[in-house]
Amino acid sequence: MAYSDKVIDHYEHPRNVGAFEKEEEGVGTGMVGAPACGDVMRLQIKVNDDGVIEDAKFKTYGCGSAIASSSLVTEMVKGKTLEEAQEIKNKDIAEELALPPVKIHCSVLAEDAIKAAVEDYNKHRDEAGEGDSERQSA
Amino acid sequence: MKTPIYLDYAATTPTDPRVAKEMCRYLTPEDGLFGNPASRSHAFGWKAEEAVEAARKNVADLIGASPKEIVWTSGATESDNLAIKGAAHFHQKKGKHIVTCKTEHKAVLDTCRQLERDGFEVTYLVPEENGLVDLDKLAAAIRDDTILVSLMHVNNEMGVIQDMAAIGKLTRERKVLLHVDAAQSAGKVPIDVEAMNIDMLSLSGHKAYGPKGIGALYVRRKPRVRIEALIHGGGHERGLRSGTLPTHQIVGMGEALRIAREEMAAENERVRMLRDRFLDGISDIEAVYVNGDLEHRVPHNLNISFAYVEGESLMMALKDLAVSSGSACTSASLEPSYVLRAIGRDDELAHSSIRFSMGRFTTEEEIDYAVRLIHEKLDKLRELSPLWEMYKEGVDLSKVQWSAH
Repeated sequence: MAYSDKVIDHYEHPRNVGAFEKEEEGVGTGMVGAPACGDVMRLQIKVNDDGVIEDAKFKTYGCGSAIASSSLVTEMVKGKTLEEAQEIKNKDIAEELALPPVKIHCSVLAEDAIKAAVEDYNKHRDEAGEGDSERQSA
Repeated sequence: MKTPIYLDYAATTPTDPRVAKEMCRYLTPEDGLFGNPASRSHAFGWKAEEAVEAARKNVADLIGASPKEIVWTSGATESDNLAIKGAAHFHQKKGKHIVTCKTEHKAVLDTCRQLERDGFEVTYLVPEENGLVDLDKLAAAIRDDTILVSLMHVNNEMGVIQDMAAIGKLTRERKVLLHVDAAQSAGKVPIDVEAMNIDMLSLSGHKAYGPKGIGALYVRRKPRVRIEALIHGGGHERGLRSGTLPTHQIVGMGEALRIAREEMAAENERVRMLRDRFLDGISDIEAVYVNGDLEHRVPHNLNISFAYVEGESLMMALKDLAVSSGSACTSASLEPSYVLRAIGRDDELAHSSIRFSMGRFTTEEEIDYAVRLIHEKLDKLRELSPLWEMYKEGVDLSKVQWSAH
């Protein structure tokens, strides 16, 4: 399979590899895919008080396109608000990386990873919010 | 040392320079050897025919057959088709049941699928975890209406060797024809069609340092095995395979198998040393599994699963090594290897498998380079892998709820 230069660049020099502490304040973690399907992506976002994603990290088990898609996504979400990040579509990722049709599912997975990370962040924030209100009432 | 390093000998081998040199003589005008072996009216034809018959003898000698039992084909795929369809159609009045195995090459599996569409019934045996067919299960699968058993000698993905003598003994006792795909075993494992009671045997030129585009089918004469032809025409090859014989290809295959017969023992020893050097070199890597039996296996093949790293991305990282992930024929698909799934490897390990196959021109230096590269790249990819991180943290991945997609 011939890969585009962009896929190879992200694959050979993946951006923002790593992890944040899952329980750290402002962190949202999205893990999508399954080992049996050949790809698992874990995307983490760190959101500041203004609701802007100030940092992102990933780890991916999968083919070169899956690794490149998640690496690219960490760059794309940085500096975006949660709302803006959720507007990123798999098509944007696939076009940017010039993914062949057989690898489109990698970009779909990357889009799912963003959604899952934002959802996780919102869940944590809501839980923390409830905790605060409980404390206040006590 | 030149890169990329070729470690895909199970896909194809380079033609041995000695073979190529001999072949060239049968193409160009200088020696007057370019004739059509079917031309009976002049010396050009006679000389070509002589060369074809000498090559036929070389092929026959490798497998303990008579030259009269060798039919030239375009390759092992055609040989498989001719043997299975040919025998099935000829013997269909006797029965319409065939037994084969899930880990056969597609040339056998897809031929059987076609026969199913034509009204035949096929049993696909599930091999044991080591990749080998259990004899009792084979015996149990043979019915009164079974006409043919087709099993490969050496598996193309895993390199495991079936005990053909035991299988042949069984099929002979049960009066069922035995076809063997020996594309991966010729020149690597001794073959004796008499001792093994094999009725038909498929051979390939290019898997044994001969040219591509040529193969042969052994068809037993005593007791005579009758099959129907697939390709009709001028009645070449006793009517079993019409078409002008490609003299240079045939000379190449004959020469390749002659060399194979003479050098097999020494070459196997050398390749075994390389294989052991390779295995030794990667033995310190965690969570690495060799697929298929280690003992009943040709030394040329190592099929390895590197857990927590996906095979295609590892291949991409190992771009200085020419290797394949599963069967080369299916590498365009996203499905994990059907062979590894058939031996019960879970999908994740099947996705993580790489086939390294070495041969006549592989050097120690190349093996050492490959070992170093695997260490370096595997570390990098595992650092990238969330599964590796979870494994290191002691998470049982089989208990995780994954979002299948």
